[in-house]
Amino acid sequence: MFDSNDVILIDDLHKYFGYVQAVKGVSLRVRQGEVVVIVGPSGSGKSTVLRCINHLEVPTSGAVYIDGIHLESKKTDINKVRTEVGMVFQQFNLFPHLTTLENVTIAQQLVRKRGKEEAVRIAMEQLERVGIPEKASAYPRQLSGGQQQRVAIARSLAMNPKIMLFDEPTSALDPEMIKEVLDVMLLLAKEGMTMVVVTHEMGFARAAADRVVFMDDGVVVETAAPDDLFTNPQHDRTKLFFSKILGH
Amino acid sequence: MAAVEKQANKQSADGSIWRELPWWLIAIIVFLITMGILIFVQEEFNRAFLFVKGELGSLEDFPDLVAMIGKGISVTIYTTLVAFTFSLLLGLLAGLGRISSNVILRNLAIFYVEFVRGVPTLVLIFTVAFVLVPWIAELIGGENSGVSMNSRAIIALAVIYGAFLAEIFRAGIESISRGQMEAARSLGMTHGQAMRYIILPQAIRNILPALGNDFIAMLKDSSLVSVLAVRDITQQARLYAGSTFRFRESYLILTFLYLGMTLTLSLLLRWFERRLGKNV
Repeated sequence: MFDSNDVILIDDLHKYFGYVQAVKGVSLRVRQGEVVVIVGPSGSGKSTVLRCINHLEVPTSGAVYIDGIHLESKKTDINKVRTEVGMVFQQFNLFPHLTTLENVTIAQQLVRKRGKEEAVRIAMEQLERVGIPEKASAYPRQLSGGQQQRVAIARSLAMNPKIMLFDEPTSALDPEMIKEVLDVMLLLAKEGMTMVVVTHEMGFARAAADRVVFMDDGVVVETAAPDDLFTNPQHDRTKLFFSKILGH
Repeated sequence: MAAVEKQANKQSADGSIWRELPWWLIAIIVFLITMGILIFVQEEFNRAFLFVKGELGSLEDFPDLVAMIGKGISVTIYTTLVAFTFSLLLGLLAGLGRISSNVILRNLAIFYVEFVRGVPTLVLIFTVAFVLVPWIAELIGGENSGVSMNSRAIIALAVIYGAFLAEIFRAGIESISRGQMEAARSLGMTHGQAMRYIILPQAIRNILPALGNDFIAMLKDSSLVSVLAVRDITQQARLYAGSTFRFRESYLILTFLYLGMTLTLSLLLRWFERRLGKNV
């Protein structure tokens, strides 16, 4: 079942919320360095699949493996796995009581056990990378949405994760700020980061994705390279979806 | 536009200064000042005041500060401070227990909170002082009579307020959005680390005004410990009134002392809240 290149392996994932079945048997493999974009209408279960990859949601059945480690196994130290899997949220979720710099250093110190100096050095490197080192001493509330999301990305990157997950990272942003966040994500993709991205930004998918996964009603309907999927969808549901969002 | 401005100017000229003045505060301060003058110039008031604030013993018997503010007031303040510190601890533990996923911890915490909330404060003070403390002393093999009445009073107040504070802590923690915990966990923090470094600092900032209110409430409820013959200002006033039949002086002075303390505290709290509001 394992391919040594698979860093994420999802096997027949099912998830119920009460009586509602959000995910109905999803399987997915992501290789080292691959960028996979998941698209689909809201409520199609794409965020749930993403959240199962770092165990924020526990699957009702099925299995998720990160680097061959079975997340649902009782023996797995989930905190250790999570340090290898960065997550960026729609609502940024920066820690409002900490400065930008502290937001990026706190987990390094607590989880990676780095000394303060090293943590600050790495934090500044990452803030540099996302283009806002000058905001290090600002509090999240003093930043624009786009800046907050870039800090959130730096916060995850500072942990040196092998995989980055993005859960609709630009959906809560004003239009003029979307680009600055997507630019950072494109840079990461180019550098060879393994990424799974849930988004509605088809431009990003076209530019960065190796594969686009189309989900609807809790199942994967179709998977293909972005250009193939956008221009030549095989299924009626896929056609309908793209005709609606690419139609103008 | 000009008409609107004129209207606005006219309104403020209409004596809105008089409308805006905190008349309630002025009235309370007038009461306090009147009492102060009475204590200063009236011999009966002066005598009652000295007794209630607790001018017992000589200066050598007490540290300077205690001698200055009086033993009665010291007992009241000390009891409140110590009991409140313990109730913060109990409240935090019980509050965390209430939202714990551990069935035993959660039920234990709910049992404690609901039990205490369902019994009158005065009854609980008696129960803790004369049932719970002797029972625990027997359990751990200690000497029951070795526990002073003031300690019992402090334990009772801490147990009672711990239950109220538990609800405040719980509400504070639940007021922090779920995304904060998720972000912390997805960085690899344990539940405990996320709670301590991410959730609690934000929650405590949110509940500081509520905690302040409960501190003031506890200062007032500390008067109930006089039923255990602890010589706080209430007990002092009762003793003085009982022996001299100067009820009016005794209880007016007691009122004056409590009101002075609570008003000072609540003004401090308002100022602090405003400062906190600016920083958020």
